[in-house]
Amino acid sequence: MPNRPQPDLPEHDTAAFWEGVKAGELRYQTCNDCKEVVFTPRAHCTACGSGKLTTKAAKGTGTVYTYSVVRQSRHPNFADLGAYSVAYVDLDEGFRMLSSIVGVNDPTTEIKIGMPVKVEFEKQDTGDYPIPVFRPV
Amino acid sequence: MANQRRDAAIVGIYEWPKRVDPSVSAMQMKAASIKAALDDAGLKWSDVDAIYDAGDGDGGGGGLGLAAYLGLKPTVIDTTQVGGSSYEFHAAHALRDIAAGKAKVAVLSYGSKSATRRVPIGTGGGAGGGTWSGNMESPYGTTLIANYAMVANRHMHDYGTTSEQLAHISVATRHHAMRNPEAVQAMTDLQFVGVNEITIDDVMSSRVIADPLHLLECCMVSDGGGAVIIASADVARNTKKKPVWIIGSGEATKYRENGSDITTSAGAQSAPLAFGEAQVSPSEIDIAMIYDSFTITVAVCLEDLGFCKKGEAGPFVSTSGIAFDEPGKLTLNTDGGGLSSNHPGMRGIFLLLEAARQLRGESTSQVPGAKLAVSHGNGGLLGGTHTGGTVILAAD
Ligand SMILES: [Zn+2]
Repeated sequence: MPNRPQPDLPEHDTAAFWEGVKAGELRYQTCNDCKEVVFTPRAHCTACGSGKLTTKAAKGTGTVYTYSVVRQSRHPNFADLGAYSVAYVDLDEGFRMLSSIVGVNDPTTEIKIGMPVKVEFEKQDTGDYPIPVFRPV
Repeated sequence: MANQRRDAAIVGIYEWPKRVDPSVSAMQMKAASIKAALDDAGLKWSDVDAIYDAGDGDGGGGGLGLAAYLGLKPTVIDTTQVGGSSYEFHAAHALRDIAAGKAKVAVLSYGSKSATRRVPIGTGGGAGGGTWSGNMESPYGTTLIANYAMVANRHMHDYGTTSEQLAHISVATRHHAMRNPEAVQAMTDLQFVGVNEITIDDVMSSRVIADPLHLLECCMVSDGGGAVIIASADVARNTKKKPVWIIGSGEATKYRENGSDITTSAGAQSAPLAFGEAQVSPSEIDIAMIYDSFTITVAVCLEDLGFCKKGEAGPFVSTSGIAFDEPGKLTLNTDGGGLSSNHPGMRGIFLLLEAARQLRGESTSQVPGAKLAVSHGNGGLLGGTHTGGTVILAAD
């Protein structure tokens, strides 16, 4: 199993997101006042400053906006992964998140910009929180 | 031109000559560089009344800590820290403060021991957890290089840019570095595989660090430092070297937003402010000192500064002649850049230093009669949170 770093909680802005992950939900927020989609999670709307946000669960489907494959990382938690991908994924609800594309044999050739992907909650060797990653659909 | 401002000028410069230097601390580098830059200008230690500092010397306390270390009592202190472009921001602020009559002799300095301390700038882990952004990023192991690589991949997807095109930036920059004895010594001390001119094939056959960026598209990790003295017009008229006037500046920020275009940097916002204030157009610029953390950084910034249209940096760098001895109008990164001269972590001060050398006629890859230069720093992460700082410089 992978051993990605865990979120360091409690932390005020991101706690609800990670509780959602534990419950199998990919959470994002919308503003009650101006309808802006807010992500990464915060306690205020980044368009109008309102504190009235609603937390929702995304369907978990989206497309790869861009990606790279890390061939050299000195981070100890990633030493065993070999070449691994990082990507910005545009979710269908209109938010962009940093994640990783999994489930491909060779990330250097099989990941494409614009590729449809779906979230999965990847269990980790250690820690309570699975990590949301994306797999091509 | 008629109304081009002449409020403040770079009057003294100094660049730390060594890129691996266990013999000094970063704070010692800053202090000695400031003294040497004041000597270059013919100014005294006690003339300094304004300190701009990014907190890079690890001495603690930013501009306040530096003032105490130097033994100066400035009446302007500015501790702006916005990544590698901090020094372009400092130059912009010094211009404003001097024009407002708040300062006459401003000091910018830099010192870093990244090579001696073996800091894995590009390949170390990303932000740690425990913060609003770190908790969303640290699980994915994004390296700094991978962040820039994501910009490159999207640029290639959207505009057909190729690695071969981007490699021209590495080739021209190395060409300049080979003429700069300090850069040659740097590559030697840092044990580069080949301290020589490089070809497109050399870049393409160097190993991929984070797709699609190759080793020879990435800046080095070195020690380094330097200082810049910026003075008011009345002081500048009596200094030893000819003044290099700061005639325009722009500052901007960018970060990941839903639906935003990762191939456009903060430079698209900072550059029009700077060119507008300077009343010059990109086509008039002789020297472009563009922060070359990676080839893609230069490509994106050349577009955002208006040297070519968005998406056209690939053809621009591969066909327009960006080396000092090619016929093209614009010459790029004549000191050898972060790619081949030095990158101690925040390279912005070197963009000012080499632009000033060019406008004085002192570069090792001198463009004859260079009159106008732009120094553009990109600080932070090109594909994430970053700043753009644009400074336009003019010789009389
Ligand atoms: Zn709102």
